[in-house]
Amino acid sequence: MLRNKRSEALMALALIAPFIAIYGLVFVYPTIKLFMISFTDAPLIGDGTYVGFDNYTRLASDRRFDTALWNTAYFVLLSVVPGTLVAFSIALGVNRLAGRLQSFVLALFFLPYILPVSVVYLIWDWTLNFQFGIAMYVFDMLGIGRVPIFKATAWFIPAVAFITIWWTAGFSILLFLAGLRAIPGEIYEAASLDNAGRWATFARITWPLMWPITALVLTIQLILQLKIFDQVYLFSTGGRPNDNVVLVYYVFQRAFQSDQGGRAAAVAVVLFLIVIVVSVLNFQLTRLSRGNNR
Amino acid sequence: MNAETLRRLNLAGFIITLLTVIVALIWAFPLYWGVITSLKPEDEVVRPYIELWPDTLTFSHYYFALTQTDIGRWYLNSIVTALSITVLTVLSSLFCGYALSQLNFPFRNALWWLILASFMVPTQTLIVNHFELIARLGLVNTWAGIVLPQLIHPVIIIVYKQFFDGVPKDFREAAVMDNASEWRILTRIYIPMNWGVTAALSIVTFIWSWNAFLWPFLAVTRTEMMTITVGITQVNDAFGIYYARELTAAVLAGLPVAVAYLIFQRRVTEAITLSAGIKG
Repeated sequence: MLRNKRSEALMALALIAPFIAIYGLVFVYPTIKLFMISFTDAPLIGDGTYVGFDNYTRLASDRRFDTALWNTAYFVLLSVVPGTLVAFSIALGVNRLAGRLQSFVLALFFLPYILPVSVVYLIWDWTLNFQFGIAMYVFDMLGIGRVPIFKATAWFIPAVAFITIWWTAGFSILLFLAGLRAIPGEIYEAASLDNAGRWATFARITWPLMWPITALVLTIQLILQLKIFDQVYLFSTGGRPNDNVVLVYYVFQRAFQSDQGGRAAAVAVVLFLIVIVVSVLNFQLTRLSRGNNR
Repeated sequence: MNAETLRRLNLAGFIITLLTVIVALIWAFPLYWGVITSLKPEDEVVRPYIELWPDTLTFSHYYFALTQTDIGRWYLNSIVTALSITVLTVLSSLFCGYALSQLNFPFRNALWWLILASFMVPTQTLIVNHFELIARLGLVNTWAGIVLPQLIHPVIIIVYKQFFDGVPKDFREAAVMDNASEWRILTRIYIPMNWGVTAALSIVTFIWSWNAFLWPFLAVTRTEMMTITVGITQVNDAFGIYYARELTAAVLAGLPVAVAYLIFQRRVTEAITLSAGIKG
């Protein structure tokens, strides 16, 4: 039997070897390196000298970092909760449909999510084009003055948040639909026997039963949107990137435009820690709430 | 419940259904608008009023994009890199998930915790170090350079482990009685019993890789090495301010994934709910 155990371990080793090799090279090593170079004045490529906490203390008085932090927070605020509510309402509507109509309507809502961000960018950049964009004709009809949306700082983050909701809602809708389908039909039958109205049924049955999924969607969205870069980068080309900068964008600017790897790493570490703290907090919260339900 | 309230409930229900369908059509309208714009002659595109259907339908922008720009080359780059990422990620995750689920080996728990922990790490924060790594290996502007940092998808291992855990132990015991090797057990029982999961995970991994923007954008500086998602936003002079041409490029970049989704709709939705931790 001992020989068997050894051969089992050897087999396991062979099976995990490719994964270990890949992870060691592109995950473990870069993660350790990230923390190490954040304490040096390294350029993008190559080594630097140790500078202690300088890169971090500089962030305190760095106005661009401040802007990046606030813009990220503002974007998260405008995209996470509104996006979840929109997706939930749509899922409730789609859930009422049946058969082919349901798959068709679901596909319409889901298609944007499957597209690359650059396609989403080109479509909306055209739709919201100041001169010829179809949305501007709608603005005209509603009597709102035309705005160069991606060049006006006040409009930028809200517009990008709106487009992000349009782009990613399909994902949340899927999760909500899975949750709605898991609610047993008998519960609704019992409610209708008790003459419960549409609103009472929603408030007393659907909403409480859907809360775990809602919490899941909110967390996934929160962690995802903290890491925003693509949309902000694309929509600010030709606009005012320095006003619209978000955390990942700032890492990119420091590293790839100013050739300051060390200072970029310090910003990246801050975002890294924010995401880890949010993930751990969320993990603990879901564990707590599960404990209470028991 | 009397007939009157019942009638009102039905009316409310009808309105909600109608509203859902109308919102869905508005939701998808920008996609329609993008496609339609790419089929209009350039002078029709900039007419100062809304024209929901082109006066003259033209495919000339598609002809232009496919013959006069680097789009063909970008397609190739996208296909090669997305396929490599898919094959490497799915295979290495399948093996690792099987070992974690079915075999005993030292540090198994440590490995499992490393995978769960890596799930939380935002790979966007590693761009500086990924670039440094790729540059040291001399892989900037190569397919390998685009592929390597995109191989981190711990969720696929987690899903595989769940599914392998769910295979009844009897199959394994019967195979062991027959003196089947581990490799045989894996390739003859565990993989065939989970083809559906493998198909679903491969399709979404391909879509994720095709759609990736940040890393391919950083890893490539030469036009001819760009993936299509990056290329269509970077080479403005190839399209100028010809709106119809720009949208043609967008349609060409989005078409493969949109078609993949429409064909494999059920698999895609399955994989996406699985990757969020909901077992459908």
